[in-house]
Amino acid sequence: MQSTPKTTLIETKQSWFYFDIQGIWEYRDLILLLVKRDFIARYKQTVLGPLWFIIQPILMTFLFSFIFARVAKIPTDGIPSNLFYLCSLMIWNYFSQSFSNIAGSFIANAHIYQKVYFPRLIIPISLTLSNTFTLLLQLATFFAFFFYYQYAGAALSFHKSMLYFPLVYLHTLALALGVGLWMSALTAKYRDLSHLTQFIMQLWMYATPIIFPLSEVPASYKWIILLNPMSAIVETTKYLFLSAGGVTPLQYSGSLILTVFLLTTGVLLYQRVERTFVDTL
Amino acid sequence: MNTPVIEVNELSKRYQLGSIGHQSLRDSLESYWRKIFNKAPITNYEDNTGGRWEAEGPRAKSTLPKSIWALNKVSFSLQAGETLGIIGRNGAGKSTLLKVLSRITEPTNGSARVQGRVASLLEVGTGFHPELTGRENIFLNGAILGMKRSEIKKKFDEIVHFSEVEAFIDTPVKRYSSGMTVRLAFAVAAHLDSDILIVDEVLAVGDSTYQKKCVDKMKQTVREGRTVLFVSHQLATLSNLCTRSILLDHGNLIQDGPTQDVISNYLSNEALSGGQRTWDASDAPGTKTARLRSVQVLSNGQTTDQAKIDTPIDIELGFDCLQNGAKLSCCVRLFDKLGNIAFTTMNLASVSASQDPMIGQAYAKGHYTARCTIPANFLNDDYYAVHALLVQDVTQILASEEDAVSFTVIDTGAMRQEYGGAWPGVIRPKFSWTIERHN
Repeated sequence: MQSTPKTTLIETKQSWFYFDIQGIWEYRDLILLLVKRDFIARYKQTVLGPLWFIIQPILMTFLFSFIFARVAKIPTDGIPSNLFYLCSLMIWNYFSQSFSNIAGSFIANAHIYQKVYFPRLIIPISLTLSNTFTLLLQLATFFAFFFYYQYAGAALSFHKSMLYFPLVYLHTLALALGVGLWMSALTAKYRDLSHLTQFIMQLWMYATPIIFPLSEVPASYKWIILLNPMSAIVETTKYLFLSAGGVTPLQYSGSLILTVFLLTTGVLLYQRVERTFVDTL
Repeated sequence: MNTPVIEVNELSKRYQLGSIGHQSLRDSLESYWRKIFNKAPITNYEDNTGGRWEAEGPRAKSTLPKSIWALNKVSFSLQAGETLGIIGRNGAGKSTLLKVLSRITEPTNGSARVQGRVASLLEVGTGFHPELTGRENIFLNGAILGMKRSEIKKKFDEIVHFSEVEAFIDTPVKRYSSGMTVRLAFAVAAHLDSDILIVDEVLAVGDSTYQKKCVDKMKQTVREGRTVLFVSHQLATLSNLCTRSILLDHGNLIQDGPTQDVISNYLSNEALSGGQRTWDASDAPGTKTARLRSVQVLSNGQTTDQAKIDTPIDIELGFDCLQNGAKLSCCVRLFDKLGNIAFTTMNLASVSASQDPMIGQAYAKGHYTARCTIPANFLNDDYYAVHALLVQDVTQILASEEDAVSFTVIDTGAMRQEYGGAWPGVIRPKFSWTIERHN
């Protein structure tokens, strides 16, 4: 028995700015257990297990190298094309995977939401963390290629700037969470939007400097690409690991501000929808 | 402590029916279009809840689909350590009340103030994952229900022991039998450490032995002084666990009082038809001498298939005598749910408690009704089937209908003031007891 029991008031919350940060902190153990569940479920079910998450980006990279670098002759900032694509894909996959998972999380967890209360943000947060394992696997894959190319004589070197990558990772996490929550709230209301999730991701990928470097984009179109907050993230990742590409600090700040905006509004909208979501099932 | 632990104040919840929530973006755009251009809205009403319709204001009527109040201004308060039963038929709002108090959905109006940690058990095994082992699922399920890792760790051995799946605790749950899964899930739930426990029908899991264990565990919880809200269709369990109950009907709180009174009220309002059987003249069982036309069970003069334990139960046989001068008698045999004969009774002079003038007489042609009264506090809280017989000259059977009707005796708690557990036996009569001292 607690000495001072917590009082909970159950009523219609009128405010848009209600944010239950304390509730999320109280359920922090659940976040970790959900991450563990995802990890076990993901790696136990498939035949290849964790290998799949290594094979997929490698195959994708080889495909890109063949089509875009060899056939279409799109330059890759003077970097071996495999490394160029692998580096972009690693951070992009994390973003796109997190986005899709969060976007579908209301529907995927409906049966739990109908029976138990916990702060609903727990699930999206745990998804961004679960996908981090995949990112780490792909980071290891990238380094394997990195050292191979270095050994083979490419002008690459291990750089202190790589240590800034965790900050870029947090930025990506925040962005994926923000747009994921937006999409999730919208799909909860408009069920048919869920078909769009994959399509949005495909379009978004081509609007991000993944198969092409930002430096190759004609100056008159550059601003369109830079409106996309993922562009600065992908370019910066390539800059940190491969000393190629990159954006100006101003351009990066733009992406950061947009991310903060999307995350804040995403959280508020999500919390708004969450309160009566189960009634519409 | 005088401040109530739960204070519910005019709590209301409205569900919109029909084109609610705009299932697709197209519908939504269409309805905006109609709003802008003042066209009539599309409404596809669906009344599948059997609930009460709420008439909205004239303006709302034209633009909003109809809605239903699943909860309508429900107010009550609960002191620490009280156990409240929630009674009502399907769709009365019981589950909605529990969902709102569990914070699964928000109320439309009104409020509830809850003091302390709430654990809700609206389902057992929520979030169980088949790939995880029993051990992993205990931690995950416990966390979903609001327990901290450290708390689960502390109770882990107790949970495993209660679930009786010790040997398989490191096996993925997908290899468990359904019974094992349910036992494990209940074990986690039963060991929740909360100030307030909200339970919905989940005790009806597993085999009867395990069910008893669950009910006992619940009773222990109640004794520990925790506040419990409890929904169950098993009125006996309810009267067993809760001293106080509320009765809901179509979202309204009808009654708030001692469980026995609420159950009586609930049963008397239930129009039940299961306790009656009639036959047409053409297919009535019998011979040319007499035939059986109806059998029914009555409690307080009303046909029912649920009788209260502390009220006399009447079994009525309607029959036609087709031949003047036939010497007829009626016989009732009662079976319990296992098929044991509880007793046989017949309207013969030496075995009847009353001296009915028609006993042993020759009947004239006509329709008759025979009534046998089983005294109050005689049967157990159990299920009984009636075997009705029509007999001529004491030994010749004219009509025999096994399982003519059946009924359940409801334990109102009147005979459970001191002892709340099971009373083994086909019947539970009240006998006189005397104690003498010798020394």
